[in-house]
Amino acid sequence: MTSRALDERETAARPIARRDTAPARAGYDVEAIRAQFPILARPVRGKPLAYLDNAATSQKPRAVIDAIRRYYEEDNANVHRGVHLLSERATRAQEAARVKVARFLGTDDPHEVIFVRGTTEAVNLVAQTFGRQRVGPGDEILVTCLEHHSNIVPWQLLCQEKGAALKVVPISDAGDLELDALDRLLGPRTRLLAVTQVSNALGTVTPIAEIIERAHARGVPVLVDGAQGAPHLGFDVGRAGADFYAFSGHKIYGPTGIGVLWGRRALLEEMPPWQGGGDMILSVSFEKTTFNALPYKFEAGTPHIAGAVGLGAALDWVGEVGLEAIAAHERAILDTAAAALAEVPELRIIGAPRERAGAISFLLGDVHPHDAGTILDRHGVAVRAGHHCAQPLLARLGLSATLRASFAAYSTPREIEQLVRALHAVREIFA
Amino acid sequence: MSDELADLYQEVVLDHSKRPRNFGPLEGETHHAEGLNPLCGDRITVHVRLDGGRVAAARFEGSGCAISKASASVMTGVVKGKTPAEIDALFERFHALVTEGPRLGDDDALGKLAVFGGVHDYPTRVKCASLAWHALRQALKGAAAPVSTE
Repeated sequence: MTSRALDERETAARPIARRDTAPARAGYDVEAIRAQFPILARPVRGKPLAYLDNAATSQKPRAVIDAIRRYYEEDNANVHRGVHLLSERATRAQEAARVKVARFLGTDDPHEVIFVRGTTEAVNLVAQTFGRQRVGPGDEILVTCLEHHSNIVPWQLLCQEKGAALKVVPISDAGDLELDALDRLLGPRTRLLAVTQVSNALGTVTPIAEIIERAHARGVPVLVDGAQGAPHLGFDVGRAGADFYAFSGHKIYGPTGIGVLWGRRALLEEMPPWQGGGDMILSVSFEKTTFNALPYKFEAGTPHIAGAVGLGAALDWVGEVGLEAIAAHERAILDTAAAALAEVPELRIIGAPRERAGAISFLLGDVHPHDAGTILDRHGVAVRAGHHCAQPLLARLGLSATLRASFAAYSTPREIEQLVRALHAVREIFA
Repeated sequence: MSDELADLYQEVVLDHSKRPRNFGPLEGETHHAEGLNPLCGDRITVHVRLDGGRVAAARFEGSGCAISKASASVMTGVVKGKTPAEIDALFERFHALVTEGPRLGDDDALGKLAVFGGVHDYPTRVKCASLAWHALRQALKGAAAPVSTE
């Protein structure tokens, strides 16, 4: 690998795989996919690992781990600063990753792609720039009952600061958004609608294109939380017409600490910068600073270059397997899981949304999810037990915690069997 | 059931979690405090009646996992007749049990509390076992604010 001269190797040499080159479902070899994830071969508690906590974070394929290592071994330098070769290569690597993100989001304009730490930081960035600029006393921010805390709290802070009101689109008992209520709540003072593409707690897929259309009909811009949506459904910013889209690298097979805020160029250009520092300026004197162009205006300081490289490799990997193929596989696994769980006595699946992706929440009799989670762990089964950072949603459903199994490209029916066997063990202990 | 799971969910623990003792409000309480575990959203309120510097009665309310309920149930029984200083000392010994594991003399020092000896194998569950204790000690300090395990 290092035998080639440094300046001959093209950092962005690998072609960007297109999403529409998905192989047919029949050709989906889940074992071959699993073999690419080193951690999946590791036993846990002396048992084969059934990793069903993908909504919290996904595991990483060898391609991503290698890309990060290769970056540090061969390309590492600071970006946009040095005239030396390595700096050039680091810069090229980061910008190639930005192009990959843009392609993943269905846009030709990488300048609309801002690297952040993750979805949480993306939402905070919009709240602190767009929000502070546009929201005043008496204005309203609209969120939904399905949101993760990270798409609630930044807006709450903004509303408190500005004397604005946080309004909430309710859900049905099934866990679907009440679209009639959405229409009523979209008012003349609504400055933004912040809505998730997929609920992390219930797996509800929101009818995002229709929601955006209804909001735009009232002149309300929309931020879409794609933390759960991006890995399972992807998102075409052009087709869906969103104004902001946020997602995290680590939930889509990339590293932690890197994520994306995509924004419509016209909006991003009007927004004030967020953090001040290096890289986000054109020139600085003690009297005046001229800010850099997009996307650097929002990327103060040395960025997570290796993270961007890793995210680029992850999106390449998703493109090679094919997002459609992954989605079809996950739908089949989700159906298998729902059917198998329904067979477990006293097990109650939470919510019955029209469409579900990635995750399913449930309760086992009156066993507390933490007790069940502990016992599942001893059987090698990793699930999430708790409130999933969606306390308002759980409160609406009259719950304080659930068990959640969530799936990825490498999930297998065998893991679901292991889950079900472990659930029977829970029932034995708490019989 | 594996041995470690059997150590955690001992019969006594399961029994206390299913049929908690001293559960409900306490008439004539002199102190109370709420314990909150933000990790799982569990809440336990401990009510205490102090009489002559000793705990005359302790009861608890709230919802939680089997470990936190059983811990509250056993705790409200064993602290009866003890002074706040004795309770602090007992908690220290209990905390050592659930974080480091059983040691010689626990049965004498801890009595019924020794059933939580399996918790130390489960670092994520230590907070469940300590939740009621934090609430009790907060109550005895007379502080009104809820206490958090974080």
